[in-house]
Amino acid sequence: MSEATQTEAPRKLPGSLDANRRLDRWLRINIDGTVTIFPGKIEIGQGILTALVQMVAEELDIAPERVRLAPASTAYSPNEGITSGSRSIQEGGIAMRYAAAEARELLLERAAARLGVSLEQLNVADGTVNARSGGSVTYWELTSDDLLRREATADIPPKAAAQHAVVGTSFRRVDLPAKVTGIPTYVHDMELPGMLHGRIVRPPSRRARLKDVPADEVKAMPGVVAVVRDGSFLGVVAEREEQALRAQRRLARVSQWDESPSLPESSDPRYLLKMSSEDEVISEKADAGAAACETHRIEAEYSRGLMAHAALGPSCAVASCEDGGFSVWTHSQGIFPLRTDLAKVLGVDEARITVTHVEGSGCYGHNAADDVALDAVLLARAVPGQPVRVQWMREDEFGWEPYGSGMVVRMSGAVDDAGRIVNWSHELWSHGHSTRPGPKNGANLLAAWHLAQPVKAPTPGNPPLPGGGSHRNAIPLYDFPNQRITNHLIREAPLRTSSLRGLGAHANVLAIESFMDELAHAAGADPIEFRLRHLKDGRARAVIEAVAQKAAWRTREKGDGTRGRGVGFARYKNLACYVAVIVEIEAGHELQVKRAWAAIDAGQAINPDGIINQTEGGIIQTVSWTLKEQVKFDRHRVQTLTWDDYPILTFPEAPEIDVVLINRPDDPPLGAGEGAQGPTAGAIGNAIYNALGVRLRDMPFTRERLIAAMAA
Amino acid sequence: MGTRAEPPAAHPERRDCMQLTLNVNGAKRVVEAEDETPLLYVLRNDLKLKGARFGCGLGQCGACTVIVDGAAVQSCDVPVSAVLGKSVTTIEGIGDDKRLHPLQQAFIEHQAGQCGYCASGIIMAAKALLDANPAPSEGEIRKALARNLCRCGTHQRILRAIRSARVAGEGAR
Repeated sequence: MSEATQTEAPRKLPGSLDANRRLDRWLRINIDGTVTIFPGKIEIGQGILTALVQMVAEELDIAPERVRLAPASTAYSPNEGITSGSRSIQEGGIAMRYAAAEARELLLERAAARLGVSLEQLNVADGTVNARSGGSVTYWELTSDDLLRREATADIPPKAAAQHAVVGTSFRRVDLPAKVTGIPTYVHDMELPGMLHGRIVRPPSRRARLKDVPADEVKAMPGVVAVVRDGSFLGVVAEREEQALRAQRRLARVSQWDESPSLPESSDPRYLLKMSSEDEVISEKADAGAAACETHRIEAEYSRGLMAHAALGPSCAVASCEDGGFSVWTHSQGIFPLRTDLAKVLGVDEARITVTHVEGSGCYGHNAADDVALDAVLLARAVPGQPVRVQWMREDEFGWEPYGSGMVVRMSGAVDDAGRIVNWSHELWSHGHSTRPGPKNGANLLAAWHLAQPVKAPTPGNPPLPGGGSHRNAIPLYDFPNQRITNHLIREAPLRTSSLRGLGAHANVLAIESFMDELAHAAGADPIEFRLRHLKDGRARAVIEAVAQKAAWRTREKGDGTRGRGVGFARYKNLACYVAVIVEIEAGHELQVKRAWAAIDAGQAINPDGIINQTEGGIIQTVSWTLKEQVKFDRHRVQTLTWDDYPILTFPEAPEIDVVLINRPDDPPLGAGEGAQGPTAGAIGNAIYNALGVRLRDMPFTRERLIAAMAA
Repeated sequence: MGTRAEPPAAHPERRDCMQLTLNVNGAKRVVEAEDETPLLYVLRNDLKLKGARFGCGLGQCGACTVIVDGAAVQSCDVPVSAVLGKSVTTIEGIGDDKRLHPLQQAFIEHQAGQCGYCASGIIMAAKALLDANPAPSEGEIRKALARNLCRCGTHQRILRAIRSARVAGEGAR
């Protein structure tokens, strides 16, 4: 991995620098007054590139406007794995920070030699190095091709927070001007000379096999260049996009499939309870003395249905095949793992494939970006020399994306006389939350499973703890003398499931935070005070206190039968940002979240407005998830195919939001993109109870479920 | 699969491409396409105007919104033949990075974007609203955007941006 020549193991370097130790993998100082950076992490709408620009500009003492971003490519970028899990600042940002600090030092050494002064005599202003005694020289004059052709040492410490001038400011997003003026930005917008358009005909149901397809009649349609069939993989290539679409429609109508049922009887996630599972106690604490003090015990079961990422733009990719090699442009979250799986499916060496990232529509976890990349490659292979752009249609995305697993969570707990929780049990059932490309065996790409010679999917699983997958945030941050957390992992999934923003945190935190309120009610306590009573972590307490203050929370406040408020809290993954949320709901004709308040502590804030934007977005998305969203299916087919089938929160329904950011410049930055999901869900359930006196436990909290609960 | 997603009046055997003259962003543009082709594909693929996005092909999400004779129209759901003789405006026609439209400026000032995929459609829907009603209420703004989806949850920033553009527009008159 490293180019180190020493026989001993190389010293561990910070973040992604450890696996990508060459400085010139990370940045290049150009003679034209710019700096090019090569992030391996990619923009998925979260604003990461802007934060990286700030971190590099800070360490180099240059204006951020000088920084240019190279698209991530397997041809030259550092391999940073997958952009996920709110880890980009800690991995990519920290690497970039150390690389830039070291680049600055190398430039200063050259400046000192050029100006004939010692390093201490130098200061830098926007890339111009000035000697105290007079004389100056710019980075752009000092740079050369070999400047960064060396291994990083990470010996040059980045700046202390007190010296920061760019980091910690709300620098405007670098990607926004193009996005609001219509400049081509997304992979969907790509144009290559001679580019053709492809569409895929997916099987009508999960086990369907393609029997017969009258390809000739479709080949004769106007503009059609190729009909590609390989086993049960079926696609079409045409000159114009509407021709490809029309041919796809025709192919779907005339192709013959063998179908058999494979899906559970009902979309209710309780089918999970009947399936065989791998069971693991992931946390256990015992204190028999405390346990014996229990005076009041309650139990409750919570759930969420299968969920879609539902990116606004269905997935898209462009590929070309020339001389047996492949070029792929994709909005995948992991260009290197995607390349690994593509190589397996194509049976070619990875070196024959170049995968380049181009931004896609918003990405909230593992969506169909990787799948459409293989689709494009398979079609491009049939028309060598001509690039093919494949656009999934809306029903392709809803029908075939990797979903967020349905989950069931059973809680049991008890308080003592003094209103303290003395027993706590949390038991969860879920499919795995990680089926991303790049596994040891098999390939995690949809079309690979449909080929005549399939490359099979590996057994799905979970990322390990402490972050975890289905068990993400199942272990409470609260201090209980007795607790037992059990994960039932159901590996066999009738529908593919993978990571959706927050993974298990959405349902686990809903359960924990709802149950905290149920126990607070049993203890006659105020929900805010009850949480603080069980929390030692000072930063956790601080976000709860901050949101209570911002929302002007009144002790034991009661809803009025229509409106009410509730609180939710979690530390994401128990190691990233701390978030507390209060929401106000109104149950009129519809159940609506009218307002939300949040407090977030993500350690050092690189870009405060970026964190606030992510938190606002996380809250609104979670309101949508929690009130509205569930993928439905029958025994054969997914029934959720359009926005009519899967309504999401609209502009008339969007709540007002106030976010308080607790910035801790001297602490390490913590992942901030997924912290709001769990707390928001919990707050909504609690607000409904506060307003109406009924407890909803099965997400989505629809109007029908509310009416049923009130009638019960 | 996907029968509901049939393009309007699709005719599988139709193959007669014809020369169509369009008025797009104030200029006469001649394209060769079948008259049932969705306007969106003509804008993106023939005229290389990529600002209108493909989102659903069913007129449900608003990512493809353009203005036709003053009205916000979902271009994925309209055959190109339906806009002959009409004036089509896309996001590229209202401003560029050198001369931003007040709405584009406001989106940047309020950092009203995450992935940005919905932004151009929303800006066009908002422009159609403000052109017809320069001082809309909060409720009128929200209603005008009822068929524009944003998946990242940037709603409040977008609403703030449109409110401020509304105020700026009034000041300019």
